[in-house]
Amino acid sequence: MRRASLLLALMLWLLSAPLALANEAQPVAEDPELEKRVLALAENFRCMQCQNETLAASHAPLAVDLRQKMREMMRAGKSDEEITAFMTDRWGDYVLFRPPVKLTTYLLWFGPFLLLAAGVVVQYLYLKRRRERLREAPLSESERKRVEALLGDGLKGDGA
Amino acid sequence: MKKFLIPLALFIVLAVFLAVGLSRDPSEIPSPLINKPAPAFVLPQLSDPQRSFKSDEMRGKVWLLNVWATWCVACRYEHPVLLDLARTGIVPIYGLDYKDERRDALALLDQLGDPYTLVLSDEDGGVGIDYGVYAVPETFVIDRNGIIRYKQIGPITEEVLQKKIIPLVKELQK
Repeated sequence: MRRASLLLALMLWLLSAPLALANEAQPVAEDPELEKRVLALAENFRCMQCQNETLAASHAPLAVDLRQKMREMMRAGKSDEEITAFMTDRWGDYVLFRPPVKLTTYLLWFGPFLLLAAGVVVQYLYLKRRRERLREAPLSESERKRVEALLGDGLKGDGA
Repeated sequence: MKKFLIPLALFIVLAVFLAVGLSRDPSEIPSPLINKPAPAFVLPQLSDPQRSFKSDEMRGKVWLLNVWATWCVACRYEHPVLLDLARTGIVPIYGLDYKDERRDALALLDQLGDPYTLVLSDEDGGVGIDYGVYAVPETFVIDRNGIIRYKQIGPITEEVLQKKIIPLVKELQK
């Protein structure tokens, strides 16, 4: 009996061990709502250490630290705009995957449309010129005679 | 002749864009902190964690803040250059030991020499974040009024030291 209860205690202890370990990851999962907000906002930021990854996806130490910083700021009641300002104050617009529309980024935002417009103009001019070139011009009398003579010669030649 | 010139002109424009694009280092991003006040901080000193250092104490001096760590390989390349600079005594170099183990840092300075006037421990990397650090080593040149005047991303080479940092420091010290 005593041995059975000891065994049971040991089993319970063994069972509880993984639970205790699982508890260690809690700071992240503590508040799923907050975590969702952190990841959604971090999606917009570039991880400066790996540059082509988002801050949400990166495992770089700096990204981990910054997500922690975001968590702290959100807990302190900071808005998404304030956190975005925190990021751009330190790393500039480069940290944003969607750069803001402003004087220095006009070319970036509207350049493609400019190119498209230029393409439309070039295509229009090209088609217009082509149409003019293709317009049928009636043959003059001397031209017609020459054509007939050439075609006639050709037919004769074929027949021979 | 004209028909031939247009594609040639387009090709040259494209080639220039590519040449410029390829010769730039994409990891170097202009810092928005240039010409802004250096973020103030209070940190424990590496040699004696009981004693703290306030960045405000540097008011009135031109100084360098060099962000480094023992785990940072590029910092080893930079180390002899910093030692050279320290030997000239032109400008005090303050080290920011970024996300590092104190014992490792002390051992490294003991082994390779210590170019720093003082080293500060930024164990959790909080000050690094305030300075927009993302590629250790980084070095900031800070003027008398506490304004960041230059940021070197990556190791200081002999060339950068001679052509940029020393002339700038001398200019700021005038």
